[in-house]
Amino acid sequence: MNYPIIELKELSKNYGSLKAVDNLNLTINKGEIFGLLGPNGAGKTTSILMMLGLTEPSHGTAIVCSENSTRNPIRVKRKVGYLPDNVGFYNHMTAIENLIFIARLNDISYNEAANRALEVLKRVGLTHASHKKTGTFSRGMKQRLGLAEVLIKKPEILILDEPTLGIDPSGVNEFLNLLKQLSREEGLTVLLSSHHLHQVQRICDRIGIFVGGRLLVEGSIQELTSELLGNNGYTTSIQLQEAHPTPQQLKNTIEALPSVARVNIHELDIEISTTENITPQIVRKLVEEGAAIGSVNQKTYNLDDIYEKYFENTPSHSLNDSKNKISKKRINERSN
Amino acid sequence: MNAIHVLINKEVSDHIRSWRFIILIVLIVLTFTASLYVSASNLKSAVGNMQDPDQTFLYLKLLTTTDNSIPPFHIFLNFLAPLLAIALGFDSINSEQNGGTLTRLIAQPIYRDNLLFAKFSGPLIIVATLFTSLVLLMLGGGLLLTGVRIEIQELFRILGFVIISIIYVGFWLALAVLLSICFKQPATSALTAIGIWLFFTVFFPIVVNLVIRSVLPHPNFLAEESLVRYNELILNILRLSPGQLYTDATTVLLSPSVRSLGPITMEQMVGAIPAPLSLRNSILIVWPQVSSLLAATMVCFAISYYVFMRREIRQ
Repeated sequence: MNYPIIELKELSKNYGSLKAVDNLNLTINKGEIFGLLGPNGAGKTTSILMMLGLTEPSHGTAIVCSENSTRNPIRVKRKVGYLPDNVGFYNHMTAIENLIFIARLNDISYNEAANRALEVLKRVGLTHASHKKTGTFSRGMKQRLGLAEVLIKKPEILILDEPTLGIDPSGVNEFLNLLKQLSREEGLTVLLSSHHLHQVQRICDRIGIFVGGRLLVEGSIQELTSELLGNNGYTTSIQLQEAHPTPQQLKNTIEALPSVARVNIHELDIEISTTENITPQIVRKLVEEGAAIGSVNQKTYNLDDIYEKYFENTPSHSLNDSKNKISKKRINERSN
Repeated sequence: MNAIHVLINKEVSDHIRSWRFIILIVLIVLTFTASLYVSASNLKSAVGNMQDPDQTFLYLKLLTTTDNSIPPFHIFLNFLAPLLAIALGFDSINSEQNGGTLTRLIAQPIYRDNLLFAKFSGPLIIVATLFTSLVLLMLGGGLLLTGVRIEIQELFRILGFVIISIIYVGFWLALAVLLSICFKQPATSALTAIGIWLFFTVFFPIVVNLVIRSVLPHPNFLAEESLVRYNELILNILRLSPGQLYTDATTVLLSPSVRSLGPITMEQMVGAIPAPLSLRNSILIVWPQVSSLLAATMVCFAISYYVFMRREIRQ
């Protein structure tokens, strides 16, 4: 099961002077659900188009199902199902007609196509609408029909570009569960691009964060959080009931404690960064200093922080190479 | 059945069911009936006219005779055929792109040129069927009404007329498909195509006339020889318009007595008996016209191919 099915090597795409994708190296194993996470315009769609051979890379190679996508796009497209964002259907045709048409383009006979169409429509829960014209479909229904269309050719890989965009929350849940189920039951490899971290986090085995054409980090969510947490230490935030008379003195006292990296006092809020977990000592010290403590919070890092850290600063100036592993130095630079 | 057949099938069935096509077919059938009605009512005098060397070709007369109230069918087609082709082809690629179906389509294991070819041949198949059946209906109706046997030469001339009409539609269709690739908005591509069509049918002769008048010397001061040469030149410039080529070609095919498309000098006419040409000779006269139309179609298609094949397609 554990062999690479998508291998991107030094893949780059330039539009004039703009680098849409810059030296992308990525390996995705069979049966994996991989989430490509990045803000709009990060180059996710361009990378996907290159994997499918729909656009030519300026440099580098994309190997999908052991075929070169640029040289043999037809063979790649036989094995890969691609659901573009903003998927559209022929409005004057019914759902099942749309599916049969696509199936027949994949060399499936009419009878077989009709059987499979019914099967996949059932799978995505659209049996009731199979004879309705797709012009009347809602966004969520179209997305599910898109998934059905991708499945009808029995692909080895599903590539979904922003599949959850514009669907309501319960629809998103259903859609993601369906994906997970498909991947587990049929051993499908899924590559999912999104800018919704929370959705990606729920079903992806691994994620890659993609900003400004570069893959900044790649790994499982546990790996990413523990790296971030490990490097950044602990943050204790304390709210006071009333302002302390001599805040500067208070600050000096806390800074004198061992392993304190940074102290910020802003009226009633105190934020202390430490390299080890010394919250009890800090609280004791503050009480001794006569501070009226209202609440104490120990801050832990969650995915939002990962997301913000990478998404807010575009990397062009601060990064000199795109490694696939988290560089400790980089995170420290960013947090300070 | 492979991908290209599936694609062509879909194109044909889409067009046949569309309102657009129904309106066009009504338009064509009405024109055809009207011109046929006029020619049928003048048929007796045309066939009885002993001055006319073509008088024995009843079915050709049925297609070309007119009392000048409305033009004959092949002249009508000169400007209706482009409209038909533009209407069927102006949104072939860009509407798919705007509808989000193009990305889906090219993500399937098909070659892109198959898609392009399907977009071109689908409408052409429909138009070919339409023209052929209209003309066959006319022949059958003529047989029933007059009881006159059709000559084999007439049949081939009429078939030739149908084929040239299909090629002419093919040219405009290739142009419309090309414009639908170049422009993102269907409205823009439709307007551009109609603009080109209007230019060639209305403005091109006017412009050529204006330029000729200001550039060339007055005909009264010219020797006969140079007059003929200038005349030839003007005609050749006019033949840059596909409509002119089509009119030339169909006129020669449908009127067997037409011997030349250019001016003929008295020396050439001396000793000539006003008699219809053989089919082979008529075809020889129109061969340059037919091949230019074919070449123009190919050029449009080749440019479409070049533009479309390596283009990146996204919403």
